[in-house]
Amino acid sequence: MSLITTLARMEAVREGRAQPLTTVRHRHLSERPLAFVPLTTAGETGAPLGALVGTDRDAPRLLIVAQPRDRDLRFAFLAELAEEIQPYLDSYGDEVELEERKETDPETGKKVPVQVELCQDAPQLLVPSTAGVAFVRLLGRSMRFRRTAEQDPETPFPAPARVPLLGRWLTHYGERARVPGSCLLLSLTESLSRHWATGQSNLEDQHLGSLLAWIDPPEGVPGAEAALRAESERDEDGRLRCPPAGPATDPAFDNKLLAPAMSRYDAARTEASQGVAGGSARLRLAEAELRGLIESQLRPTWDALWRGVDLLRTLPEGARVADRWKRDRWSYTGHRDRVRAGEPPQPKLDDAVTAAQKLAARETAQAQLDAHEALDDPLVMAGRRLAGEAFAGEVIDVEMAWSDAKVPRPRPLVTIRTEDRPHLAERVKLHRVTADGRAQSGEFAGHADLDGADEADGSDEADEADVAEGQGDAEGQGDADGPAGADGPGRALVVRLTGGMGRGKQPEPGTVPEKGDRVCWTLFEHAPRGGPELPDAESTPWTHGGPPDTAAPAQSPQPDPMTEEDYL
Amino acid sequence: MDARALAALAANPGCRRRALLDGAGVDKGALAQALGAPANFGQSQFAHQRGNSFEARVKADGGADLVRLLHERLRDGSEPPGPGAVATPDLTASGPQGRTARTALALREATEAGRWALLDHPMVSLDVAGSPAFLEPDAVVVHPDGTWTVIEIKSFPMVDGSADPAKVGAAARQSAVYTLALERVASMIGEPEEGGDAAEAAEAANRADRAPVRVRVRHQVLLVCPKDFSNLPTAELVDVRKQLAVTRRQLDRLTRIEEIAAALPEGTTFDLRLTDDGRLPTRPVEELTAAVDAVDAAYAPECLSTCELAAHCRTRSRAAGQVEALGRGVRGELGGFTTVDAVLTAAMNGPADEAPTGDPAVDALRRAAALRAEALASRPELASRPEAAACR
Repeated sequence: MSLITTLARMEAVREGRAQPLTTVRHRHLSERPLAFVPLTTAGETGAPLGALVGTDRDAPRLLIVAQPRDRDLRFAFLAELAEEIQPYLDSYGDEVELEERKETDPETGKKVPVQVELCQDAPQLLVPSTAGVAFVRLLGRSMRFRRTAEQDPETPFPAPARVPLLGRWLTHYGERARVPGSCLLLSLTESLSRHWATGQSNLEDQHLGSLLAWIDPPEGVPGAEAALRAESERDEDGRLRCPPAGPATDPAFDNKLLAPAMSRYDAARTEASQGVAGGSARLRLAEAELRGLIESQLRPTWDALWRGVDLLRTLPEGARVADRWKRDRWSYTGHRDRVRAGEPPQPKLDDAVTAAQKLAARETAQAQLDAHEALDDPLVMAGRRLAGEAFAGEVIDVEMAWSDAKVPRPRPLVTIRTEDRPHLAERVKLHRVTADGRAQSGEFAGHADLDGADEADGSDEADEADVAEGQGDAEGQGDADGPAGADGPGRALVVRLTGGMGRGKQPEPGTVPEKGDRVCWTLFEHAPRGGPELPDAESTPWTHGGPPDTAAPAQSPQPDPMTEEDYL
Repeated sequence: MDARALAALAANPGCRRRALLDGAGVDKGALAQALGAPANFGQSQFAHQRGNSFEARVKADGGADLVRLLHERLRDGSEPPGPGAVATPDLTASGPQGRTARTALALREATEAGRWALLDHPMVSLDVAGSPAFLEPDAVVVHPDGTWTVIEIKSFPMVDGSADPAKVGAAARQSAVYTLALERVASMIGEPEEGGDAAEAAEAANRADRAPVRVRVRHQVLLVCPKDFSNLPTAELVDVRKQLAVTRRQLDRLTRIEEIAAALPEGTTFDLRLTDDGRLPTRPVEELTAAVDAVDAAYAPECLSTCELAAHCRTRSRAAGQVEALGRGVRGELGGFTTVDAVLTAAMNGPADEAPTGDPAVDALRRAAALRAEALASRPELASRPEAAACR
């Protein structure tokens, strides 16, 4: 946690309500997201107990598994889940726009532009907590290798038709959620705590009810008290008023209410199967009781989830969120294409090259997210400025200069007064966004004296260094964070603009800041790129397991073995 | 005190309150209930049943399956244990001391026998802050070469060879406590006497004393979990050397309980004075609170998942405005500040000229507060309306 966040948390403690960490919303929120609130059976990870699912906040669909150990009931649950989620996922697949993309022509080896489809929007799944994200992934893993009777008539326990397909989609969403800044699958706790600092710790923020209590406490109740109530207040039956956001249940609920109801259900089921008079009526009754119980645990979380969505919607969306959402749309479109092309489900384990690619992509996405958030949001930028990764200030002087190349290029020197303390060394690359949204690069050229005589040490040295460009670091310039101005409250930094001024000898109008402008330079890149390309899977080096074994049997992942008493 | 509690105590060795209450065997759950800050703890009976049935399944057929799994994971090229090759000594005895002694004896016999042996629920003891704690690992396997392996059976799944890292970490910390306790047993048993010479035996015991880490208790424990979504067992060896070192160091750091007790006011007691039916505490809450407050706690949010008393300690910590209530890492950048008020005062009430104060923590805080205020003031659409309205 950075110091500025810590400070915000302390302000929240003092104020008794959460304090903003951002001024805009950094996550995309769909117009019509699908909310999914799952519950699982304690001790049997992956054996669902129930779920509320749907796009209409007032009419969620309740699905339960009355006896989680019963395979048929579990399959029925998964089939219903697929019935609810799959049409939603598919509904975005057909509205497409055409995008141009460069692809390598297999015959000529040249890069040629091709038209490809990109879905105009993508379905978005919302879950209450980060544990919910993990559960989506787990569900996907448990479903995608199932075989339906159509695929394999021999399979001992055929799964309902849509189950394996939904498994692949949930796997894709779970995998995508690991990419920083992606929004196909969002958890409310993660999104809310990105935008607000509560007066409690990160660990306590994992509780959706308690997090909401801090962000939007009831009138006249301090956040800490409201959060405590959310955590521990119980009704007359001993049920938590704000049950855990799942998928784990409250143990007290399990022991006091769920277990007895489940044994009543089991007993009624046995009776019904033996044809005892009134058995089937009792079975219906017992099932209705279980539905009521499970809904009582799900509904508060469902409502809390939508309340969280409302809170997030009060924030205006950040300018670069749509850019990142476009990547999510690409991801959705890509998976749609793979499914339509009849590719097999995702493998259990990635091969070395795929794993390395995923890792590199996530690192790039993280760097990009960090840069985007800072550029979109002065409050996030304030954190980067405090950390010495950016500085902002007023332009107090601009001096035109040109490079010594055969065709001289404009290299104006801009002096900025700032109170920030960036970690600068000579010729450090700097980046900023101009008023009309274009990127401009620069480099640090030295400190300037604030008392009039500008660029005391910057310009001359720097000009010499310019000649030596490309011959490695200019020596002897040493620590740029010189003693002059290091202690003063404000100081002046000289930046030499190196790009973003057009092609001519004279910079294009509006590309060079003027005296009196406020500018913000960052030390980090705005559009970070990934590392070098990775080899093809066929040329995986032996250090990473070597090329895939072509002699191995065709890559058809085996379904998980079924045991007599398996759970899921 | 079980291994899980011990691992939690070792994770927060500075907490004198927990050390004392655990050492004295106080029911912290009941105490928290009486203080009006009950913990949302407890295990679901579904989880309990599942855990038990899985463990029973793993240990069925005299542990042959379990030893086979262990042998497979060792990959040391030795002969696999044949049918009937695994001894399962009887460990029944009365009382924890009796069971501990029986376990030590069984371990010694099995080690000398030079064959595979599975000790089902043995009992070992560990000295914690001056008083013994009895621990019951799921199982211990004795190898033919005389080394021992701790077996930990958990019911969370290992999907495609990987399990939830948080749960594996907890299991590793717990197993490290067992390993530590077994090392004590190993050093007590000493080397198998070969020459029979008294001097040599003494020397051997001496050696064992000096180097209790002689490879007798293996520092890799076998974690047994259900495979994927089935209830077939699968297992991985988990290296617990790091957890072992941490636990050993933390247990050494624990203040001795007598010292903590000696510092208490005369007559301090945590007796709840239960009513005759043993259900309702009759002791006034103020009195209990005073008793609990007589010994310092070191609260951190991590306590919430490991200590029944955490909700109470959190309330006290927040009331005192301690910065640790926001997270253990918060202290790092705050220099000498320990309370929220002090931090906010330092951050907000700076002089107008922003002259450096010489205290880097104060300067950084002022800088942070100024930057934050500047950025917040720049929100055009939100600055006009109060924060409360912005949230609704």
